[in-house]
Amino acid sequence: MANRLTALWNWFDARMPSVAEEFRKHMTEYYAPKNFNFWYFFGALSILVLAIQIVSGIFLTMNYKPDANLAFGSVEYIMRDVPGGWLIRYIHSTGGSAFFIVVYLHMFRGMLYGSYKQPRELVWIFGVLLYLTLMAEAFMGYLLPWGQMSYWGAQVIVNLFASVPFIGPDLALWIRGDYVVGDATLNRFFALHVIAIPLVLLGLVAAHILALHDVGSNNPDGVEIKKKKGPDGHPLDGIPFHPYYTVKDIAGAVVFMMLFCVVMFFVPEMGGYFLEYNNFIPADPLKTPAHIAPVWYFTPYYSILRAVPPLFTSQFPGVLAMGIAVLILFFLPWLDRSPVKSIRYRGIFYKSALAIFVVTFLVLGYLGTEPITVWGQFGPWLGNADVATVAARIFTALYFAFFLLMPWYTAIDPCKPEPDRVTM
Amino acid sequence: MKKLLLAILFVPALAWASEAAYRLDRAPLDAKDLLSLQAGARTFVNYCLNCHGAQYMRYNRLTDLGLTEAQIRDNLILTGAKVGETMKVALTEKDGKAMFGAAPPDLTVIGRARSADWLYTYLRTFYRDSKSPTGWNNAVYPQVAMPHALWSLQGERALEIVPAKDGHSPADYKWSRISAGTQNTVQYDTTVRDLVNFLVYMGEPAANERKRIGIVVLFVLGILFIFAYALKKEYWKDVK
Repeated sequence: MANRLTALWNWFDARMPSVAEEFRKHMTEYYAPKNFNFWYFFGALSILVLAIQIVSGIFLTMNYKPDANLAFGSVEYIMRDVPGGWLIRYIHSTGGSAFFIVVYLHMFRGMLYGSYKQPRELVWIFGVLLYLTLMAEAFMGYLLPWGQMSYWGAQVIVNLFASVPFIGPDLALWIRGDYVVGDATLNRFFALHVIAIPLVLLGLVAAHILALHDVGSNNPDGVEIKKKKGPDGHPLDGIPFHPYYTVKDIAGAVVFMMLFCVVMFFVPEMGGYFLEYNNFIPADPLKTPAHIAPVWYFTPYYSILRAVPPLFTSQFPGVLAMGIAVLILFFLPWLDRSPVKSIRYRGIFYKSALAIFVVTFLVLGYLGTEPITVWGQFGPWLGNADVATVAARIFTALYFAFFLLMPWYTAIDPCKPEPDRVTM
Repeated sequence: MKKLLLAILFVPALAWASEAAYRLDRAPLDAKDLLSLQAGARTFVNYCLNCHGAQYMRYNRLTDLGLTEAQIRDNLILTGAKVGETMKVALTEKDGKAMFGAAPPDLTVIGRARSADWLYTYLRTFYRDSKSPTGWNNAVYPQVAMPHALWSLQGERALEIVPAKDGHSPADYKWSRISAGTQNTVQYDTTVRDLVNFLVYMGEPAANERKRIGIVVLFVLGILFIFAYALKKEYWKDVK
């Protein structure tokens, strides 16, 4: 029996790229630095969440109806009449938010340890492309339950494209397929959400990992382990990804799944942040909700959009600022001129800048979930301006300052010398 | 330049009309109290289901509340509906609009769209208002199109809203009774509590099951973690 299996294996091996060889290259002989810490779980966890979303999504499509008259009801049908349907739906809705949590932490890791710096610029660029694609995936998926927030959120976002000079209105019409968000929009968003964008995501994930495995992983010390190799030709500070990091990531994944399950089983709405309360009201094109807020993972950018005042009644400056706020991430490898990678050896300037940036991102995120009146108004001495709007403007300026001033403050940052080898 | 910066910073943005907020009472719900849920279901089919539907909720799902299908058929189905059908209502959207000015919303997931506290307070704060088309108004939802469906139970009340002098503090609400209903205040609060308990249950019938399964899953994952962690320790002991 064993011989026959070996023969079958060899038969395949002779007729396609060797599975064993690929496994060696990417797993058992991919040498990863031995000093990965907590922050290095989130790459593997992103793949786990992607798998969760794809599998739960497949089951959702079996009962979901992409039709403006049936969509809302079909989601309730899944929640009530499909056996286990509520579980699948909550897995997918919790997974949507979990995806952004792990991706944001994964990106933050890159900023902590300078993982985007030479020679990993391309890894970072594929990563930002993944992030952009994920945003598109989430935005289109959010329309599908066809609740009030789905509908009006999509209406607001698509209308942003209408503010583009000259081609705007035609562009928005082309995206919607109708003059308002409607059945045509729902159908095309469904198609894009369930097949087109996931395919792009998978391709980009492959590119991200292939590029990473070509240059090798960074680590919390930011030193290149490939510079110090042993007599066997393997990095002295490297350990095979499999089994060392597979067993470590499994333990991490179990902890992650526990947190995931706490949310999914006990607070699936997460206080209105993961599932907005207004989205339990069916979409009504004639009734605009008093307060339209995007889901939490878009709110930092939504804050930036609202913070920029309109120019000649055009919203375009805000839209432009929002777009630049995301696209500026692509340039991070070239904006950072520090001689060291890791936060451990950076000076006070980058450390402070990153701390301010984290606060900025969180405050902008919070403000984006609230109406601009949330912090009240200043007195007449400031023209009764909304406190939250003024705050959003200050933090928007800080957001851009983090990137635009980076070439300057990283160049003069008093860095510490990097060690030769990684530290545990 | 400075002026431009100031102008950019302080251009007044869109103002949101803030709803006059009536302080909400806390709804004392218990998702496991089957008697309360059954009482709520009874109130729901008798008083709500004439105008509001619950078009995604099947009658036979009420077996969750400890009822048999026969009990549901005999006590809770007041239309000709079959026990496997959903709680539809005869009133069409068009008729509803003509009658009330706004079609009564479907209530299947109202317990998720509105908070339990909101529903609990809303259903207890109707008052007589001669200026309103229905003769009723509401403290939580001013100018609501819905008349007081439970008025025969609660009786009629009047409300005088005294705005605060400084213009910032919450207004003073002065309630007075016009006529008594068939229930006293405590009984009526209990009726509304049971009804809201039911509405919240109906919003997510699987909620109790969800929590029950959650505890088991977390327990299993906890055990799995012990093994996963031990495995990691074992492999990593030779990494120096």
